[in-house]
Amino acid sequence: MDNDIFQGYKGEALELLKKYKVRVWGTVVAQTTRGTFEGTVLPRSENDDDKHIVVKIITGYNIGIDTRTITSMEETGYKKANYKIPEKEFPFTEGLPKVKLFGTGGTIASRLDYRTGAVIPAFSPGELYGAVPELADICNLETEKIFAVFSENMGPMQYMALAKAIGEEIEKGVDGIVIGHGTDTLHHTGAALTFMCQNLPVPVVLVGSQRSSDRPSSDAALNLMHAMKAAGQSDIAEVMVCMFGPTSDEYGLLHKGTRVRKMHSSYRSTFRTIGDTPLARINRQDIIPIKKTYNKRRNDKNVKILPYFSDKVTMLYYYPGMAPDTLDALVEKGYKGIIIVGTGLGHVNKELYPAIERAHAKGVHMYMTLQTLWGYVHMFVYDTGRDMMAKGIIPTGNMLPEVAWVKLSWILGQTDDPEEVKKMMLTSINDEITTREPYNGYLVYQGGVPEVEDFIKDVHK
Amino acid sequence: MSFDSRSNYSNSKKKVGYVPRNEATQETYDSLGFMSGLEVHQQLLTNEKLFCHCPAGIFHQHDDYDAELIRHMRPTLSELGEYDGTALMEFRTKKEIVYRINNENACTYEVDDTPPFPINMDALEKALEISLLSKLNIVGEVHITRKQYLDGSIPTGFQRTAILGVEGELELPNKKIRLIQLSIEEDSCREISDIGHTRVYKTDRLGMPLIETVTYPDFVNPDEVKEGCDYIRFLNRSTDKVRTGMGAGRQDVNVSCRGGSRVEIKGVAHTKWIPELTHNEVFRQWSLLQIKDMLLESIDQPKDWKVNHISIKDLMGSNPQLLEKEEIIAINLPKFEGALSYFTQPNQMFADEISTRLKVIACIEKPNMTHSEDFRTLINEAQWDDIKELLGAKEGDSQVIVWGDMSDMKTAIETVEERCQMALEGVPVETRKSFEDGTTIFERVLPGADRMYPDTDSAPIPLEDSYITELSKGLPTDVIDNYKQLKEWGVSDEVYTYIFSKNLFPLIQKIIADIGVKPSYVCTFLGHEVKFAEGHYKGPEKFNHEKVYDLFRYLKDSGITFEIAEKMLPELIEHPKMDFESILTSINFRKYTKEEILSKLPLLYDKFADGKKEVSKVKMKNWVMGKLRNIAIGNIELSELSKDI
Repeated sequence: MDNDIFQGYKGEALELLKKYKVRVWGTVVAQTTRGTFEGTVLPRSENDDDKHIVVKIITGYNIGIDTRTITSMEETGYKKANYKIPEKEFPFTEGLPKVKLFGTGGTIASRLDYRTGAVIPAFSPGELYGAVPELADICNLETEKIFAVFSENMGPMQYMALAKAIGEEIEKGVDGIVIGHGTDTLHHTGAALTFMCQNLPVPVVLVGSQRSSDRPSSDAALNLMHAMKAAGQSDIAEVMVCMFGPTSDEYGLLHKGTRVRKMHSSYRSTFRTIGDTPLARINRQDIIPIKKTYNKRRNDKNVKILPYFSDKVTMLYYYPGMAPDTLDALVEKGYKGIIIVGTGLGHVNKELYPAIERAHAKGVHMYMTLQTLWGYVHMFVYDTGRDMMAKGIIPTGNMLPEVAWVKLSWILGQTDDPEEVKKMMLTSINDEITTREPYNGYLVYQGGVPEVEDFIKDVHK
Repeated sequence: MSFDSRSNYSNSKKKVGYVPRNEATQETYDSLGFMSGLEVHQQLLTNEKLFCHCPAGIFHQHDDYDAELIRHMRPTLSELGEYDGTALMEFRTKKEIVYRINNENACTYEVDDTPPFPINMDALEKALEISLLSKLNIVGEVHITRKQYLDGSIPTGFQRTAILGVEGELELPNKKIRLIQLSIEEDSCREISDIGHTRVYKTDRLGMPLIETVTYPDFVNPDEVKEGCDYIRFLNRSTDKVRTGMGAGRQDVNVSCRGGSRVEIKGVAHTKWIPELTHNEVFRQWSLLQIKDMLLESIDQPKDWKVNHISIKDLMGSNPQLLEKEEIIAINLPKFEGALSYFTQPNQMFADEISTRLKVIACIEKPNMTHSEDFRTLINEAQWDDIKELLGAKEGDSQVIVWGDMSDMKTAIETVEERCQMALEGVPVETRKSFEDGTTIFERVLPGADRMYPDTDSAPIPLEDSYITELSKGLPTDVIDNYKQLKEWGVSDEVYTYIFSKNLFPLIQKIIADIGVKPSYVCTFLGHEVKFAEGHYKGPEKFNHEKVYDLFRYLKDSGITFEIAEKMLPELIEHPKMDFESILTSINFRKYTKEEILSKLPLLYDKFADGKKEVSKVKMKNWVMGKLRNIAIGNIELSELSKDI
């Protein structure tokens, strides 16, 4: 009960509210040694201190009153806020594709959470339609909340649940699937679903936003429109990530779930296809393919759902001077698969060799990926590489480290046989290893040089 | 007989009682119920911006940029779950916002690709000092709030802002003005252009620390508003911690008349424009109330009042002035005769209110309409008759014709209808853009408290008592106390503005205390002679007033009287690096003792009296003073010399 009336307040502040019988959402006149303050008492974020009471003053601003300065308080009224995205029934339009939106949390649509002071997701077709009415021109939408977790809390259980849900929707005859997802681990989920949902007949599009939809400049609405269009109208039947191309509100990119990576902590255009080009460019009018070959949309329902995952796989990010016991510790704790993220062409120092040998002897599956992200593991170039292969480390071509972790986890969820594991790891399911790196695959521009500056000036960022 | 709109305009102007400002008295304003308050913005003098580490105060030309990016703004809910009116209006305008970025003064924060860094504590401290000077109740904890701006002036779509104090007071010479609050906020972008559906901004000013002082609507006439605004700016300047120069201080002026609404005149750059703007605004509102009364005489059900429209592209498409227009729409306004040509401001009528809204909301560039009471005759009478017939117009109706792109017409028709419906209710709350001639035009719908949202990216900042106490110790004296001191010294009113706006009071005190110059002399010297010389002589840099201290110190130490200072000023301004001795040489100053000067008297007396029968003593004295003046200045005080002649 206390929680309801005094939302988030604790310690001194809570005592004071109780003493003067002032509730959260009560309008209050507070006498303090710094003068009189008037306004509506707001809930307080749990992590903030117990020395202040938050008040919304008449001009709409929030202020904090120091409890130590308060000499008296009086509640003069009560006005509880009703925060609700206007809900309108999502209209059905004959002839538009049927798209299913799975909610997993994330910031596609969100509202304020007073408990943490952060934003929490809000989600229903009605709410989405209220916030982004343009969606009704793109598709007929159904939504289903599968979980409400933040991106960093998405994990194996969620991957498997999603894969099964996708299978069921395809069985029901949906034209495309969109998954709303926090952006931090969007690419992990992209890889997991690529392996778990094979031979897809319809697009499965993962989408998020880098700026929560509670701000006017959010990328959420446009990302959502692009994702719905890709799911409902594109003929690319793959697991894709759909996010901003440039940081401008201009177009989105469709990335393969196995080649995409979040590359900036806060930019809107954070997702990039690594070592290849994206599948397509998308705006509100068109979907413009970039890659010539991809899996095409089909009318059958012959999807293969393979929801397997072992939680005994880990990653080891190598650094110079790494001691062998770091690897031993992982093996001792029972890890069966280790993705090593090596330097350069795929290297670790010699001190690790004995540990590698011990791990190999215990049957641990070890695969080499790259800190450089771009390029291929080449373990034949230097002796160290050859040594390591001899000791049981298998190079994974140009598979991204996170993708290799997902794939090995998925494989070890099915088999433990080293040869079978190796065969599966190195057999590409959907371009997680490509045989060729195009000249425009590697792109990290260097600011400051004239041609890049010209490009940045001429083309909207 | 068609409606005589010209005489309607002049008759309505009389009915409103509009008089030029120099003919208006307090009675005029009292009869209109003049009410006004201020929101005074002042940039703080800091090295860096408020929420990132970009340098503050580095500006660029419009076309000097390294990159451009584009955003569209969507309205979002406020903390209390409401959509804001402005937000919805801006969304309807469907603007594409282009930002120009220069690497020197903008980073990924400005364009909302990086969350805010912790607030600039230097800026916060300066703003708190001004809050204390403004006698505000200082908050216990600063909460960064997001204030929505969908016009694109801030790429995030909101301004990060925080209240530092509430309920303060400002003492003017003749009354006290109550202050609502003072906030610290990030400055917005500067607009480069706004044409059709594209608005272009540059991001150099964006994010610079700014404070906003908000007063209650306590001002009762236009001159008082200016006076109050000047005092707030003087107070800010008195800390020496604010920026000066073009655009560093700007104000929004809120005005209403009795029965009217709060209208905000935005971004007034000079306080001298305030009187004319507020004068005209109060009359504009008075006009709108009369229009409402007039319309309601014939319109019984204002809630049901609607327009009807038709396309007249086929009819009017061959008109040479409308040839290029994709669509032309005629709109009938039932029972609106006399409203469109009703006087609102000098050289503006009610129809102009509609036209400007069409430009802002429907994004149709002017000229975007004509109407049945237009002085210009774009459409001849026979065509009007056809149009009225097609619209099914009745006697007493009036018509508006709008044109533009097909895709803008829906919003255009809504905009016309909406503005006319508002006329039935009185004065719409809105923000208006000002012009130097004292008139204003519609800018945006006035946003309300519904556009506020806590900034989930920033933690609250506690302000401990000990910190506030420490800050209070270093505050300058109140402007009003300085004002009273000047009065006491007998300093003439006309130099006050210069002294306060340049924050010269501390310098004056120092000169008086250290050198012993007479107070009224220093004040007049700075507020009159220096001001004059600055306006007439050009130096390589802005004149540094501290030089005046050195100058008086030098004269005192050299035993030269202060009167020479005035003669030295032009050289001092033009050649600030020249030493005082060289300046004296270059103005041909020579040292004489009093005796040497007085020794010339007998010769001069003789010369004046030469051949005259009668000699007027006064005339002679003046003549002799004139002859000796040049050599006396600096050597002997003229008043002293005068006694000896």
